[in-house]
Amino acid sequence: MSRNPVTWLGSPAFPDAARTALADTQLRGNLAHATTTIRTKRAAAVAELPDWERLRRAGEAIKDDVLSHLDVYLTRLEASVTARGGQVHWARDAAEANEIVLGLVRAAGAREVVKVKSMATAEIGLNEALEAGGVTAVETDLAELIVQLGDDRPSHILVPAIHRNRSEIRDIFRATMPHARDVSDRPADLAEAARLHLRRKFLSAKVGISGANFAVADTGSVVVVESEGNGRMCLTLPETLITVMGLEKVVPTWADLEVFLQLLPRSSTAERMNPYTSVWSGVTPGDGPQTFHLVLVDNGRTATLADRVGRQALRCIRCSACLNVCPVYERTGGQAYGSVYPGPIGAILTPQLGGGSGDPSTDALLRSLPFASSLCGACYEVCPVRIDIPEVLVHLRSRAVEAKGPYTPEAVAMAAASWVMGSPKRFHLAQRLGSLLRLVARRGRIRRLPWPGSKWTDARDAPVPAAESFSAWWARTRG
Amino acid sequence: MADSRDVVLGRIRKALADRPNPPAVSRDYERARPVGDAVALFAERVADYRAVVHRVREAALPSRIEESLRARGARKMIAPVDLPGWWRVGEVVWSLDAPAHPLPRAKLDGSDGVLTGCAVAIAETGTIVLDAGEAQGRRAVTLLPDYHLCVVREDQIVGTVPEAIALLNPAHPLTFISGPSATSDIELDRVEGVHGPRNLEVLVVG
Repeated sequence: MSRNPVTWLGSPAFPDAARTALADTQLRGNLAHATTTIRTKRAAAVAELPDWERLRRAGEAIKDDVLSHLDVYLTRLEASVTARGGQVHWARDAAEANEIVLGLVRAAGAREVVKVKSMATAEIGLNEALEAGGVTAVETDLAELIVQLGDDRPSHILVPAIHRNRSEIRDIFRATMPHARDVSDRPADLAEAARLHLRRKFLSAKVGISGANFAVADTGSVVVVESEGNGRMCLTLPETLITVMGLEKVVPTWADLEVFLQLLPRSSTAERMNPYTSVWSGVTPGDGPQTFHLVLVDNGRTATLADRVGRQALRCIRCSACLNVCPVYERTGGQAYGSVYPGPIGAILTPQLGGGSGDPSTDALLRSLPFASSLCGACYEVCPVRIDIPEVLVHLRSRAVEAKGPYTPEAVAMAAASWVMGSPKRFHLAQRLGSLLRLVARRGRIRRLPWPGSKWTDARDAPVPAAESFSAWWARTRG
Repeated sequence: MADSRDVVLGRIRKALADRPNPPAVSRDYERARPVGDAVALFAERVADYRAVVHRVREAALPSRIEESLRARGARKMIAPVDLPGWWRVGEVVWSLDAPAHPLPRAKLDGSDGVLTGCAVAIAETGTIVLDAGEAQGRRAVTLLPDYHLCVVREDQIVGTVPEAIALLNPAHPLTFISGPSATSDIELDRVEGVHGPRNLEVLVVG
């Protein structure tokens, strides 16, 4: 399954992918169940904190400060990590990051690596790059393992296998794990099967690879937040640890974690705190990996930073709360977005990170993503760092429209509307003609219009125009 | 890759050519707040994660440890070398992990459990923090055994996350533990017990 950075190679534009996804009733059932569960839990977890809004504003402000002085904080982080025995690498793009990691794995003499779930490594396609270089990457997060064993694509930031229900997961395990031929579909049994499958790999792995939720510039501390303990295994047992992190994950001070360690778990898994959070600063003699590499990845982030409206997407802490509340995501699932970043945040992050790909079909997908929203604003309300996703969506839509030039159907329709509305006479005539559409309505809705109206009614019903316009009614009754 | 470093830093500076000047960070959230009886709240919140919690007087700690180990059926236990000697009780074989003589992984993996203390505990979130300090050992010691018995002194319990962050030294490797290992990866339903210790038992000593 080949892919270019950020998007899956050959993915159709969103409307086509969504049409396929909407026809999959199993998928829609699985998603509705999972997102409803997590939405209710998140609301309860957030309601417990009386200062939630103040924490959100602090989270937003800290991230904005980071972005405004990103060069300062990154060089400070580099100095802190180096002072504590770690090595820092810089990568301009996915290809360079993959090359660095592959080189480090080879230098450590490993043919197999254990991995903690990481969006950054998924974004750069690290597993595929390692495989091409003769190194097997073993995903150890349960959901990532389900995706990997099922030769599937992730569909959610937090729970990549959210589109699979328990019986589908049982079937994947039975087909791919030698000791799990008759495992049941009880989640506890499935978790036990994964434990047995990975235990020996953890104990023998020479190299672990992780992402980072946060890295503290002042102290060089890297933070990984997780649930299963697979993270602790990968971060503690191997001799060599390689952490791949997007530039924007740096935070200035240790005290900043007091904000994010409250915002992230409650927004993400809707818990007061996730089961495990690991923090390490460089290398600790006698405890954990004795070689530590930190790879800082740009891959479109600096281009995103240059956009004054769009840069707020870089505040994202990958909690996935916006996916769980999105009416579009809930119905289409994550794979329709054609990217490792689905849902509302994906609709603003993917087009920015992947911009200027040069590939026509990828560009068509990227242009379609900002339209994958009803602009209802639920994503903005739950975002723990207050990313105004609707604002960025509208901004990216206008860029997509401008890029298409002056002769698109929308542009022609808008020019025609402007001509009609430019004169009261033409406007009244148009209103009278519009009323004639009542003739094609059925039960108060217009379901199908002839071209060019079909461009609109292909995806939605049109409301029935009034029999008489307001100005005509006014003239008749009060005139 | 000095040139990639220069390229990336150069791109950042160019991207920030508009010199964004966001407002100062306002830290008006609550660093501490009244949480009532912090010890009771901690015990309740740890139990919420389906960990086992007991509150004991200090004098009764050894007999409580003994009882927990017996109930668990533990025979081979691990302890960091600086664990108070009077905690190592019961009809079990104790193996001590010391910086100069670390136990082999197979020994940790094949044990019935590990007994440690902790650095700090957080009442609101039911979290225990280990900092590899006294009576806690290196990280692998509390990771590979399937049963973690942890002693928390009442005076180690703070109310909120910010209070705990202020007490911790990030130069040490830190592990925040909130209940036993768990996953929500199947239908977003929480299941306890994956790779980390599947059984967490906490003894709160007053």
